[in-house]
Amino acid sequence: MEQAAGQGTAQGTEGQTHPIGVYLKVWGLLFVLSTLSYLVDYFHVQGYLRWFLIIVFMMLKAGLIVSVFMHLQWERLVLRYVVVLPPLLLLVLVALMVLESDYVHLTRILSLGS
Amino acid sequence: MAHQVEGEGWQGIVGDLSADRKAFRNVPWGKAMMWLFLLSDTFVFGCFLTSYMSVRMSTTVAWPNPSEVFALTIGGAHIPLILIAIMTFVLISSSGTMAMAVNFAYRRDRAKTAALMLATAVLGATFVGMQAFEWTKLISEGVRPWANPFGAAQFGSTFFMITGFHGLHVSAGVIYLSIVAFRVSRGVYERKGNYEIVEIAGLYWHFVDLVWVFIFAFFYLW
Repeated sequence: MEQAAGQGTAQGTEGQTHPIGVYLKVWGLLFVLSTLSYLVDYFHVQGYLRWFLIIVFMMLKAGLIVSVFMHLQWERLVLRYVVVLPPLLLLVLVALMVLESDYVHLTRILSLGS
Repeated sequence: MAHQVEGEGWQGIVGDLSADRKAFRNVPWGKAMMWLFLLSDTFVFGCFLTSYMSVRMSTTVAWPNPSEVFALTIGGAHIPLILIAIMTFVLISSSGTMAMAVNFAYRRDRAKTAALMLATAVLGATFVGMQAFEWTKLISEGVRPWANPFGAAQFGSTFFMITGFHGLHVSAGVIYLSIVAFRVSRGVYERKGNYEIVEIAGLYWHFVDLVWVFIFAFFYLW
C-alpha cells in the first residue's frame, strides 16, 4: 500500500485521497477474515486453537479497519500514538479483573458449594 | 510517511506536543475531536467487554453456548450462529461503502458520495433490523437480563447491555449519515469547498464496525 501514501493529489485538498483499489482489496480481505472466523465456529474448533484463531482474525480485521478505512496509517505520527496507546491501558484493567474473577469464582465454589 | 514536513519519529511527536500551538498539525479540528470522542468510546466498550469477561469467568453455572443460542433453522437446515454471521457481513459491507463515499467526497463527486452514504445508512438500518429480530427471538425464548433458560444468568444481562449499546451506536450512525448524505446531495459542502465532514462521519461509522469486530469475537465466538 505504499503507492497509496500521500495526501491531497488532484485537487490540492488536504483530504485523504487514495486509489479505490486499496479500499476494495481491504473490503475483500475483511470478508475473507470474517468468513474464516465464522468457520472456526462452524467446524467446532475447540480449546486454545479456537481462542488463538479468534484473536488473530479479530486483530487482523481491527488493524485493517483502523489503518486503512480510518486512514490512521496515513495520519501524523502523534495522532497515531494518541489514538493507539491509551487503549492498551485496558489490558491493565483486564489483568486486574482476571485475578479478581478467579478469586470470586474460587470463593463461590468454597462458600456456596456449587 | 511522505507528508511529514518536519520532524520524523519520536522527535516529531515531541515537537508536535511541545510546540506552543495546536498539537495535531494538519489535522482538521473536527477530525481530531472525533478521534478523541472515539477514544473515549473505546473505553466505554472496553469496560463493557471487561465486565462481561469477569462475570463469565466468575460464574459457577455453565455459560450458554452462543453457537446454539444464535442458531437458526433455514429451510430445514440447522445452521449455527448464521444470523450473527450475516449481520457481520452486512456491517462490513457498510464499512466498505462508507470508505468509498469518503474517497468520492474528496474527489468532489457529489452524486456518488451521497448515494454511497445512503447505501451505508441502509445497510446500517438492515443491521439494526436484524438485531431487533435477534432480540425478539431471544426474548420470546425466555432470555431476560436476570435469567435465561440456557445457563448462567449473566448471559442475558451482558447480551442486552453490550449489543443494545452497540445497536444504539449503529442507530445514531444511521441518522448521522442520513443527515450528512442529505446535505451532500444538496451541495452544502460543495459550496463550502470542504468535504471533511464526510470523512469525520466515516470515522464514526468505521468505529461502530470496529466495535462489532470485538463483540463478534469475544461474545459470539468465544
